[in-house]
Order: sequence, then C-alpha cells, then structure tokens
Amino acid sequence: MNIDNKIESRKPPVATTGFIGWLRINLFSNWFNTIVTLLVAYFLYQIIPWFLDWAIFSADFIYNYKGERIIDRSFCSRVANPEEYHAACWSIIIVRFYQFIYGFYPVEQVWRVNVTYFLLAIALIPLLVEQLPYRKHLIKFTIIFPIIAFILLYGGFGFEIVPTNKWGGLLVTLVLGVFGIALAFPLGIILALGRRSKLPVISMVCTLFIEFIRGVPLITLLFFGMVMLPLFLPEGINMDGLVRVLVAVTLFQAAYMAEVIRGGLQAIPQGQYEAAQSVGLSYWQMNRKIILPQAIRITIPSIVNTSIGLFKDTTLVIIIGLLDLLGIGRGALADATWMGLSNEVYVFVALVFFIFTFGMSRYSLYLENKLKTGINMGAD
Amino acid sequence: MSQESIISLKNVNKWFGDFQVLQDVNLEVKKKERIVVCGPSGSGKSTMIRCINRLEEHQEGTIVVDGIELTGNLKNIDSVRREVGMVFQQFNLFPHLSVKENITLAPIWVKKMPKAEAEELAMKQLEIVKIPEQANKYPGQLSGGQQQRVAIARSLAMNPNIMLFDEPTSALDPEMIKEVLDVMVDLAEGGMTMIVVTHEMGFAKTVANRMVFMDEGRIVEEAPPDKFFNNPESDRTKLFLSQILNH
Repeated sequence: MNIDNKIESRKPPVATTGFIGWLRINLFSNWFNTIVTLLVAYFLYQIIPWFLDWAIFSADFIYNYKGERIIDRSFCSRVANPEEYHAACWSIIIVRFYQFIYGFYPVEQVWRVNVTYFLLAIALIPLLVEQLPYRKHLIKFTIIFPIIAFILLYGGFGFEIVPTNKWGGLLVTLVLGVFGIALAFPLGIILALGRRSKLPVISMVCTLFIEFIRGVPLITLLFFGMVMLPLFLPEGINMDGLVRVLVAVTLFQAAYMAEVIRGGLQAIPQGQYEAAQSVGLSYWQMNRKIILPQAIRITIPSIVNTSIGLFKDTTLVIIIGLLDLLGIGRGALADATWMGLSNEVYVFVALVFFIFTFGMSRYSLYLENKLKTGINMGAD
Repeated sequence: MSQESIISLKNVNKWFGDFQVLQDVNLEVKKKERIVVCGPSGSGKSTMIRCINRLEEHQEGTIVVDGIELTGNLKNIDSVRREVGMVFQQFNLFPHLSVKENITLAPIWVKKMPKAEAEELAMKQLEIVKIPEQANKYPGQLSGGQQQRVAIARSLAMNPNIMLFDEPTSALDPEMIKEVLDVMVDLAEGGMTMIVVTHEMGFAKTVANRMVFMDEGRIVEEAPPDKFFNNPESDRTKLFLSQILNH
C-alpha cells in the first residue's frame, strides 16, 4: 500500500478530555445527573460558608469581640452579645485543653505522657511502612512498646506512681483503643485457630467464648468488669479500674477479631495446608509462615473496620465513670463557668475521633490498593 | 539392600464416609524404583499416594515408609514427611513468598539451616529445574510450567529420598508439559525413588520401571511398561489403554 493511503490518527473530540471533559462525563452526563449536581452544589454552597464562618472566621478563640481575654462563658461573644454574635467560642477547649488531652495527670509528670505519645508514633511506623530498613528490629520495639508505655504512664522503676483515676481525656481513649486493639489481635488469632481446631474440646471452648462475648453488648461486659470481676479475684487483690475495663474491652474486641480472622482462614485453599505439611512444617510453623500471613492480608480491611468500631466504642466507659475524651467534654459542660457551649465541645470531640478513625480508614484503603495491584497474591 | 522395600503398603483400606476409596491395596516400592500409577478418575490413585505422606489417613492395614510405620504418632508423621517430597496438580506454591523464599522456607524452619546456606541451596535447586533467573519473582508472575518446576525445586530442597507426583502436568497448557516432564526425567535418571500419578503415557514408557493400574480403589494390574502397554492381562486395563491411547 502506498503512503498516501495512511490514515492519520485524529485528535479525540475536544469535550471528552481535560477538565471540561471530566465535568461533562461525571457531573453533567444526562439531565438527571445535572439536576443532582446542581442540587448538591447548592446545598454545599449553603452549608460550607456558613460552617466555616461559625467555626473559624467569626469564632472566638482567646479574645472576644471586645478584645477581652475569655476566662469563662460570660466573656464569649455569643453569650455577651447574642443579638449580634452567633459563632463558636472555642475558649472552652483552649482553656481546658490540658484536661482534654491528659485528664488530671499531674502537670510535673506530664512529660511522661508526651514521651509515650511520641513513642507510640514511632512504634506505629514499622506497621505502616513495609519497605523500611531495619524493619525487623523496629518491630521488636513495637512489640515491647506496651510494657514501656505502661511503666511510663503508671510509674514504678523510679517513676512516681500516677494512679489511673488521674488519667483522662484523650489519654484514656488512646490507652483503651490502642491497648484494646493490640491485645485483642493475638488473642483473636488464637481464638480463630482454636475454633477451627480438630480437637473438639478446644474448638468447643473457643466457639463458646466467641459466641458468648459476641452475644452480649459491650456495656454489659463493662459492668461485668467493674462489678463482677473483683468478686472472682482473691481477697486483698484490688484490680485497677482502668485495667478491669481494659480486660472487658479486650475480650470483646478479641471475639470480633477472631471471627474476622476465621473468615480469612476459610478463604485459604486446602492446597496451601497440604503443601506446607508435605515439606514438613509443624502446625505452628505452617500457621505462622503460610496460613496466617495470607489470611491476615485478605482480612485487613475488616480488621481495621472492627478496630475503628472499638475505638469509638471506648466512649461507653463514661457509663462506669471513667473520663475519656467525651467524658472530659461532658464534665466541662457540667461546669457552671462553661455551661451551654455543648456545640463546641461535641464538634471538637467528633473532630478528634474523626482524625484518628479517618487515619485508620485511609491506612486500610492504602493496604487494599497495594494488595489489589500488588504481585504478592498470585494467581494461585 | 537394594532389594528391600522403601515403601510398603499392606492391605490398606480407606473410606470417605461410607464410600470405600481404597480396597486392600498392596504395593512394594524398592529404592530407586520409578512407579507410574494410572487409572480412571475416582480410582483412588491420588488418595493412595496421599496416604504415603499422611495427607490422608488410612483406616486399615499398614504403611511403612523408609522403615517408619505411619500411625497416629506425630513424630513418625514428621519424619516421614521429611523423607518424602510431594508435587501437586495445582502447584500449591505459597503466593505471598518469592520463588526463593518458597524454596528456603522448609530448610530454614524444619532443618534449621542458616539462611545463607539455604539460599545457596535454593539457587542450586533452581538450576536443576532450569529457572534460576526467576528466583526473586512471585509465583503469580510465573507461567504454570515454571510454577510447577518451582514446586519440584521446593520439594527437592528438603533432600527427600522419595518423590510423589500427583498429576503434575494435568493443570498445564500443552506446550508447558514438556518442560516439567524433562525435569522429572532428569530426576529419574539421577536415581530418585518416584511414584508418579499421571496420564502421560510417553513419560511412563521412558521412565517407569513398573506400571500400576488402579480402578475402583483396587490395584488391578501391576507390570513392567513393556508388558503393560503391549500385553496387559486384565480386560479393564485393555479398555482403559484403548481409551487413552487411541484418541
């Protein structure tokens, strides 16, 4: 064929690529889509500027509209001059910030909490970044972190003891959330393996445990921990209140974790077990090196999901008198000097929870994408 | 010594529920012998070789492998599995581990071999199955034939005395069957004791010392390949051979 016959490839129609094209395809593809887009746009237009104005632009932080430093509710612009001012008065959070973050932890010892927060961040790094030099050694630190954290926060080994009834706010929320999730994970794995055990006694005990814990609301377990657990302990031993709650939270989470991981175990083909056995691996080696790594990989989204659930459920401890982040907030609202600022408090508490849970959810999404595109799960 | 059986099955019976999959199976395999087992599907051939490394439990009779009797005793099962390598129809590579890690796993964890030594061993095994260049890939990146050769290397790394093959080429595309069979022929020429369940009759003719034909859970006929293919005794064998050879 001669060259003149060659058909040049044409440029795509203008309106299918670029920003305009994206708009046309995604937002204005047909009349229904267009109406929905316009409605949503109108709604956002009404909400977002109003909220930003309430929360930031017109809000009080340290000084009110007259330039006075806010020390109690009566200084808030919206309390002092309700005719003209409606925006948020964040001073309640700022003035009580210490309580929100540390509870009633002694000021001179609070560096210990800060060091713990910092070490927590370091302990999370090897879990978040897979391609890390010396990851194996950092993981060791992650594993012993709970012990270090306990000594730092509670005391002993030369540190002054800070009883847990002085802890509060974000500290209690994080202690319950992080310890609950971290302790429940290995326990959940054991329960999941136990439930699938070929030995009927082990499998029955695990099944009973899981079904019982799952069949009971968390609040019931919390009351159980507070009221009944001491009755089972030998006389003279007084278990710390926070520890009792932590036991209840951990057991609750472990039961859910066990079911999630069991789902993952069921998805592993029989051939993997047979191949592992035929090269001579023992039961524990097989689970540790072959079965669990695969089962946990495929259940990470569900594991994160139940973990987010637990993190939020820790607010239930308010019922048995522990002051977590929400508890401190409610305490502040009950105080006559700050009464009536519930919007600010609840928005703040919600924001803090959102930051943590959104972080977890992004992490799970990142892992999901990595597994989807990743080469690690083969065609097998 | 070479006359002594390395594998010996005596009156082995096995049931799946009410269904009897193995009926009075007797089989003696000598050292360096190469047995090819064939028969229609459901005849119990896979079950039989899976009993030899206790992936399946037999209910009656005795199985002795390299002097160790297979009973409920876990120690015995572990030592038998160390002697016996197995290759599966579906390869069953560990998809979350690289090819090299697939091979080094058992030497490191079961034999407590130092990592460097195990990796050297892995590379040597990959040379034997002719794919050393794939060492750092993951199973999902390999073709079926390559995966099956990795599976063979993985078994060989444990230095077994006996290799069991459970339809190793049945899940492969035709052009990949040869590369796997070539490796198996090399292995046979190296003096490995092998029991192979396969329908590759060309392979059987070149490699087998003895053919075993099974049907409905029994060993129907046992003969050297010459006699088995040219002059089989039982009618059932004749029918089977005419079906698989004349198509």
